[in-house]
Amino acid sequence: MTTLTESPAPQTPPVDHEALARRAAARNKRRVKSVIFHAVAVGATIVVLYPAAWMLFASMKPNSDIIGNTQLIPDVWTAEHYTTALSGIGGVSFWTFFNNSLLLAVLSVVGTVLSSTVAAYAFARIDFPGRGPLFAVMIGTLLLPFHVTIIPQYILFNNLGMVNTYYPLLLPKFLAAEAFFVFLMIQFIRGIPRSLDEAARIDGCGHGRIFFRIILPLMRPAIVTSSIFTFIWSWNDFLGPLLYLKDPALYTMPIALRQYVDQTSVSDYGAQMAMAVLALLPVMIFFVVFQRFLINGVATQGIKG
Amino acid sequence: MASIDPGAPVAVPGQPAPAQHLQRTDAETPLPSPRPAKRKYKREDIRSGYLFLSPWIIGFVGLTAFPMIASLYLAFTDYDLFTSPQWVGFDNFVDLFNDPRFIQSAQVTAGYVLLGTPIKLGAALAVAMLLNMKHRGQGAYRSIFYAPSLIGASVSIAIVWKAMFIDDGIVDRVQQSVGIDIGGWVGNPAFSLPMLILLGVWGFGAPMVIFLAGLKQIPAELYEAAECDGAGPVRKFWNITLPMLSPVLFFNLLLETIAAFQVFSSAYIISGGTGGPAGSTMFYTLYLYLRGFQDFQMGYASAMAWVLVSVIAVITVILFRSSKGWVHYTGDER
Repeated sequence: MTTLTESPAPQTPPVDHEALARRAAARNKRRVKSVIFHAVAVGATIVVLYPAAWMLFASMKPNSDIIGNTQLIPDVWTAEHYTTALSGIGGVSFWTFFNNSLLLAVLSVVGTVLSSTVAAYAFARIDFPGRGPLFAVMIGTLLLPFHVTIIPQYILFNNLGMVNTYYPLLLPKFLAAEAFFVFLMIQFIRGIPRSLDEAARIDGCGHGRIFFRIILPLMRPAIVTSSIFTFIWSWNDFLGPLLYLKDPALYTMPIALRQYVDQTSVSDYGAQMAMAVLALLPVMIFFVVFQRFLINGVATQGIKG
Repeated sequence: MASIDPGAPVAVPGQPAPAQHLQRTDAETPLPSPRPAKRKYKREDIRSGYLFLSPWIIGFVGLTAFPMIASLYLAFTDYDLFTSPQWVGFDNFVDLFNDPRFIQSAQVTAGYVLLGTPIKLGAALAVAMLLNMKHRGQGAYRSIFYAPSLIGASVSIAIVWKAMFIDDGIVDRVQQSVGIDIGGWVGNPAFSLPMLILLGVWGFGAPMVIFLAGLKQIPAELYEAAECDGAGPVRKFWNITLPMLSPVLFFNLLLETIAAFQVFSSAYIISGGTGGPAGSTMFYTLYLYLRGFQDFQMGYASAMAWVLVSVIAVITVILFRSSKGWVHYTGDER
């Protein structure tokens, strides 16, 4: 980065033409490389962002222009699709779906943070019999495909009378079922100096106080990262709500969106696009605000996207 | 840790009364512990450890371990959720391999994994290397390229993809203008899977960020030394970048392969839950869902789940075994 700042080279009084020429050539080479870099990067940006831009503009085009018109920017701008989308589906208000998704996402964050932090503290800081094998088991669940538990879990929740409630979607969050976050937090706690614990221990603190007074406040970055990912994954989750929510009044945004696509005729692409944009809006806001946390979380812990 | 005997009251200057009750609330138990063989663990640690871990343990037993055992049992039964399971032995597994739709779902998923994962990782590595050239704006590009991986599996994007690749949609129109009319990718069995692979590749940002973090760890001296020895960009890539990046590559390969087996929502949305056209997007997960939750053949679906788990386990073992040959860990780290 610093090599690119084009501050004039320090001018020493006796002008060494050869050195200047060499420097100019190097600078030119650097500049050419920079132009090529940006040309390729901008090209990639256009390709990557095109579907998102297309969605956004399509939601503001008249229906006749969405399919079959290759022009990205609308000739005629319209907000009617948003009015249609906001009017709800099958008598249920748009805001019902939105609030359902929000409620689930917020409670998922609460559950994940509560359960993952305590589990991570136990794995990272407490020396108890069976810790090693249990840790190995937890890492093993990272690689386990969900298929093998989804059917018996459904049977279990069905027998407990929890189908068509939010419990099947929330209970796993409160029981630290997403091992990724436990692992992320273990890694984070391992970076906190043990001398802090020991000082507190000398002051007479037990694990409860060490955790709540010392470790938990220091874990804020890991908690923020986990919270954002939990929120986004819960918000986007499709299979869980598809399995467990039958009553349209309980639907989340993705399920409502699917319902919408199934119900509306092919020609009403505009309203579908508007609904799709609205369903992604919170995720995009989260991304813009917290991108640094998200990308650092991926870069250091390898969280799947 | 072991420096303090929890039984002995610790007199700390400035702390009038050491809060002993916080160290051991069961004050009636005489310490040191009466179990000499286990004196390695402190009583408080054992209790606190399991207390702190209890949510996870309950979750693991109730939501993973018990369901796995139940699923293994169900795989050998006929069960429709309403009448009790009937033991059928290996019938489900025999039926599986005689079921053309199952075979097709395995083929579709294998195609997706074998084509999609290398393309996605290749794109991720290429873009990561581009961004690692350390020009201005690197951070902004990184954020932009990362964004799709957050939303790629969402219903919204599946709908967008369908609208873009449908007959007479924008992709089809562009193709028509150059004289290739295939009638849209959505309805064409030869193109519907490539369309979903493209959607998967669009989410290259997450492995890209991991690659980029790995590239930044490679010491610049290695490249400088290679340049002194006259190595060109290709040699540098094969002899420095790739070996140094191999742990990260292994990590990405493992996670992306396992994730690719689990694709569901995009295929469900784009095909309207049918896996069409002509079964060309009948992903393994989609077929499992249809068998289990539409036909309520829970036993059959459980057998499918265990076949998948076995396949993923074998692939994981093969990857770990092979990694000894191509993954290089630099000695000084962990």
